Amino acid sequence: MKSLLKIFEWATLRIERGAKEKNHPLYKPYSNAIIAKEPMSLEEEIKEIRRSGSNKDLDAAPEFEMSDIFYFARRGVESIMDDEVTKRFSAEELESWNLLTRSNHNFHYISLRLTVLWGLGLLIRYGILLPLSERTIDQSKNDPLSCNFMSEKVHLMCYRICVRALTAIITYHDSENKPKNGGICVANHTSPIDVIILASDGCYAMVGQIHGGLMGVIQRSMVKACPHIWFERSEVKDRHLVAKRLSDHVEDKSKLPILIFPEGTCINNTSVMMFKKGSFEIRATVYPVAIKYDPRFGDAFWNSSKFGMVNYLLRMMSSWAIVCSVWYLPPMSREEGEDAVQFANRVKAAIARQGGLVDLLWDGGLKRGKVKDTFKEEQQKLYSKMLVGTQEDRSRS
Amino acid sequence: MVVKNCLLLCPVFVSAVSHSQITRLYSRFTSLDKGENGTLSREDFQRIPELAINPLGDRIINAFFPEGEDQVNFRGFMRTLAHFRPIEDNEKNKNPPTSEPLNSRTNKLLFAFRLYDLDRDDKISRDELLQVLRMMVGVNISDEQLGSIADRTIQEADTNGDNSISFSEFIKADDQRHERTWKHRLDTHIVTYVTAGVTNAGSTGTR
Repeated sequence: MKSLLKIFEWATLRIERGAKEKNHPLYKPYSNAIIAKEPMSLEEEIKEIRRSGSNKDLDAAPEFEMSDIFYFARRGVESIMDDEVTKRFSAEELESWNLLTRSNHNFHYISLRLTVLWGLGLLIRYGILLPLSERTIDQSKNDPLSCNFMSEKVHLMCYRICVRALTAIITYHDSENKPKNGGICVANHTSPIDVIILASDGCYAMVGQIHGGLMGVIQRSMVKACPHIWFERSEVKDRHLVAKRLSDHVEDKSKLPILIFPEGTCINNTSVMMFKKGSFEIRATVYPVAIKYDPRFGDAFWNSSKFGMVNYLLRMMSSWAIVCSVWYLPPMSREEGEDAVQFANRVKAAIARQGGLVDLLWDGGLKRGKVKDTFKEEQQKLYSKMLVGTQEDRSRS
Repeated sequence: MVVKNCLLLCPVFVSAVSHSQITRLYSRFTSLDKGENGTLSREDFQRIPELAINPLGDRIINAFFPEGEDQVNFRGFMRTLAHFRPIEDNEKNKNPPTSEPLNSRTNKLLFAFRLYDLDRDDKISRDELLQVLRMMVGVNISDEQLGSIADRTIQEADTNGDNSISFSEFIKADDQRHERTWKHRLDTHIVTYVTAGVTNAGSTGTR
């Protein structure tokens, strides 16, 4: 492992040196923001704009100024240059090169040595790791999947074989907080591999959207063995139905803990997006789990608009390894006077903090859908309050 | 490389914007370009949530598209963004620019002026002012109140009595407001990365 890392570092330095020698402009990925933003609220900024001009007292200043538009114009252009949301739906870019062409734009012929190394890496990955993993999958197909207590071992073994197929190196932290029966396990979502990773360390009942293709086949075969809960997207909109099925399952204490990914879609593992409140409305103990992949060895994010399932699995099996850390956080329950949304945010903040991810309020559904108009109306309301507010002061004085 | 070609096509930027900044913005451009055809459409912009909730979002998007066109290429994209570069950086240039730089104060104000002036007749009429006001406040202020705000604003700025605001009146109004400290609020500061070793000074390197 460590030797791989050393090789990566050497490769990156070699690229940088090569670029310097040939005076090629180097493309550095921006892991941080493009723009230095000043985090001020709408009110403060508009007051700043007005104050930077006249030295008159602010209360006596007119209600509206043509320059108020500057605030919105600037914020708009800033969001065009860089925004918090759209970049979460594509793979993270790395500073150093991990010998996978796909993760660095700088790949062009730098030196013979580097090319040889890259070729060697390609050979090893496609020639050795890939066939090995295919063979392990063939073997596992013969093992029956069953959820009886006695066959729990078999279930676990199947998942562990999958894990080995993907050459995944997983570190589990705080296993004393592992989810227990009758609870809900909640985790951040990066790819379908999350399921394999969690299920190889414990038995869960799954909840999720029915997919077509290879995923659908896997889902259907799982249902035959275990009481999982699969939904149609049209059914998902019926929140009561979802809640009813979930709470029925949870009340039965003999049933396995439910595994839910409340983000509702795959995010690229740099941030945690809004948790849908459905799973937090049920009165059950929530066991949060944080999953963080090490991006240096392979990018686990599934960009479903770019790659299908089969393509994705191939890429996974042919990367160096999938290294991730799983933290089991202490269980949480909804407190008195806390509504589902606040509870969801509290859990999300805990997961983000543990995994070192950015905690965002934006909805993961923005990957595919448009943002609701209510947010724009909020901005408009704030601004109108500024205008009308000053008028009330004037009428008083 | 594509970016190098871009630099050849837009000499007006080479002095105003640094190379690494262009590279980063180009990468941003391609990530917004979902159709992968080298141009952005209005839908590509509207996909940015923070822009979609901006009350003036549509007007700002419009500013990128030249008259009557539906697609903007990288050159046009940079042209519009160049307005927002802070002015101080221009003074560091050894060669004085041949024409007025895009991010001069006048051009910044022209950008803002054009957000109001939809029909491009170089005048902000009462209706145009009302339209923008309505966009910024939504449904929270009545028509009468908004009308009186518009009337008062025009009264203060209009000097030649034609009941609309021309660009020179707009500039003058801004002059009066910002006479002392000219710290313009139409600047965005792009973070620059120091690219490893790509400087001319370093090329007398060790071999």
